[in-house]
Amino acid sequence: MIAIRWFKYSSPQTFYPLAGRLTTWFGALAALLAVTGLYIGFFVAPTDFQQGEAYRIIFIHVPAAWMSMFLYLVMAMWAAIGLAWNTRLSSMMALAIAPTGAMMTFIALWTGALWGKPMWGTWWVWDARLTSELILLFLYVGFMFLHAAIDDPRRADRAAAVIAIVGAINVPIIYFSVKWWNTLHQGASVSLTRSPSMASTMLAGMLIMSLAFWMYSIAVILKRVRCVILERERNADWLREPGATA
Amino acid sequence: MSGPGLLASVCAVIERELRIALRRRSDVMTSLIFFVIVVSLFPLGVGADPALLRTLGPGVVWVAALLACMLALARLFAADHADGTLEQLSLAPQPLMLLVLAKTTAHWLTTGLPLVVVAPLLGLQFDLGSEPLLVLIASLLLGTPTLSLIGAIGAALTLGLRGGGALLALLILPLYIPVLIFGAGAVEAVAAGLGAGAHLSLLAALFLGTLAFAPWATALALRISME
Amino acid sequence: MLSVSNLECVRGDRSLFAGLNFSLAAGTLLAVRGANGSGKTSLLRILCGLLPPANGTITWNGTDIAEAGEEFRRNLAYLGHLNSLKDELSAVENLRLSLQVAGIAGDTQQLLAALEWSGLRERRHQACGSLSQGQRRRVALARLWLSRAQTLWILDEPFTALDVASVERTRILLETHLAAGGIVALTTHQDVAVAAPATHTVEFAP
Repeated sequence: MIAIRWFKYSSPQTFYPLAGRLTTWFGALAALLAVTGLYIGFFVAPTDFQQGEAYRIIFIHVPAAWMSMFLYLVMAMWAAIGLAWNTRLSSMMALAIAPTGAMMTFIALWTGALWGKPMWGTWWVWDARLTSELILLFLYVGFMFLHAAIDDPRRADRAAAVIAIVGAINVPIIYFSVKWWNTLHQGASVSLTRSPSMASTMLAGMLIMSLAFWMYSIAVILKRVRCVILERERNADWLREPGATA
Repeated sequence: MSGPGLLASVCAVIERELRIALRRRSDVMTSLIFFVIVVSLFPLGVGADPALLRTLGPGVVWVAALLACMLALARLFAADHADGTLEQLSLAPQPLMLLVLAKTTAHWLTTGLPLVVVAPLLGLQFDLGSEPLLVLIASLLLGTPTLSLIGAIGAALTLGLRGGGALLALLILPLYIPVLIFGAGAVEAVAAGLGAGAHLSLLAALFLGTLAFAPWATALALRISME
Repeated sequence: MLSVSNLECVRGDRSLFAGLNFSLAAGTLLAVRGANGSGKTSLLRILCGLLPPANGTITWNGTDIAEAGEEFRRNLAYLGHLNSLKDELSAVENLRLSLQVAGIAGDTQQLLAALEWSGLRERRHQACGSLSQGQRRRVALARLWLSRAQTLWILDEPFTALDVASVERTRILLETHLAAGGIVALTTHQDVAVAAPATHTVEFAP
């Protein structure tokens, strides 16, 4: 019973209104979690023993970094499904995820830099995490640019899916090699989340902010996929009826 | 009469590529000259302090080799796509994956292998010792085939697209990073007195893994691009 | 026997054709007619398996061509708009390597006979890049002459750029192939009468 209803939403036409309703809910949830998380992060969590107040940026940096990696895998998964089973909506989801994932990476990089300046006096440190984030940004941009460079939407979807899958397989390899490189080239291992004794409030704050980022991502991605659906299906009959884009 | 088998087909693909390369020697030389020029740019950019150059040497040679490989990749499928040979390859009864592997092998023989031969000479420009030079050759020998295999995927995906070369670079340079890290790292490790065993093993592992996966992905990408 | 059922082709936003059905038994000629851009080349590419159809199935001897894969391609010879000749290689080299890649048997004698048939025996060692358009097409047709063991021939505008003698030669080649139980699917602008035991015509409206 549930299986049948699940497939009901796998066509752009039925998914479109569902996505619209879900966006509002996830957006509200995201706002709620964000307010809670930020409150905990900036007012409740104690001052860090070694790093002072500036460490609080991790409440944004870490969730953004986690989301950037998580979204890449989800994007690659949807792209792979679209490639294997020729389902249009799956490829549209992958396309909708990419910009949000790239933005998360961008936020992670900026907040990493803002964190680094008061800590080590430089705007950038080549530690394993930040370098991997930079490479992840390149992977996202590569996906988006490849898709944009191909005129035929189906070829674009499928070609981008291949690069997404290749990228997903490479992400652990790249991360491992960058970690290796980092330990060889920098004596002290620099960790942005060095937390042998992270206060439980800090952890709670980070987790809540991660959930907030997750809910936000879902809301934004659902909204974006609606736009993609409108573009792709513009000649379809269901869009010609008045009130269809409710 | 039964026709030529799989091995004969693969050899025919390689033979065709090599014959064409012999008659278009300038194409082959271009990426080699590019390699030499890029390596020579670095001392001009950072100064000629011998100690600095010795430190930079392995990385510079590796990055230049990487860029030279990438430059040559744009040519891998372009000509075949333009004259219809690629279509015939995909219509051959042999698995496209293996024919693609044959093309990539021929491509490596005409672009990657020359780099391996010339690299030690460039290494001398950076005053690398004899042991680092040997490891440089070994690392390039293990690494450049991997670069060709990965690059083939990018070349197949960007077939016939405008902005091709730059887009190809954007797609595959991030994927080249592990090879760069272990390749240059091997030479640096030896120059620092440590062993390069781990690095070279990892390079070999990357090569084998890529060999198993990349031709399949390239064949898939080619089919997508030819639709 | 090549069978097509409910075939649809969508390029970009347009549906070029839909609901196409036909069966081609041994000795059948499929003539595809229509204006430029109406879907003729797309249909041929779909029949080869180069292009996936938006809908419908194509079967070769009962098996879907995607599954039949190697078995199907072994029996297929395709001549598209492009000649699939390397400019740097001579006609003989092109033919030899092309056949070897495709797993088709052919020794030197047969290569010479093919070029003799095409009227290019004297130019066989000349680089194909220096041949004229018509001569290059004739080298491509020589490869077709060597593909007589392949049952299914799919030809996109085979007569283009050919002189009268070559058109006649090619017409006879096609008729011989059909009489021997082969299947030919072709598109052509020129009205060349190819006699066949059975003919099926598909007409595309612009």
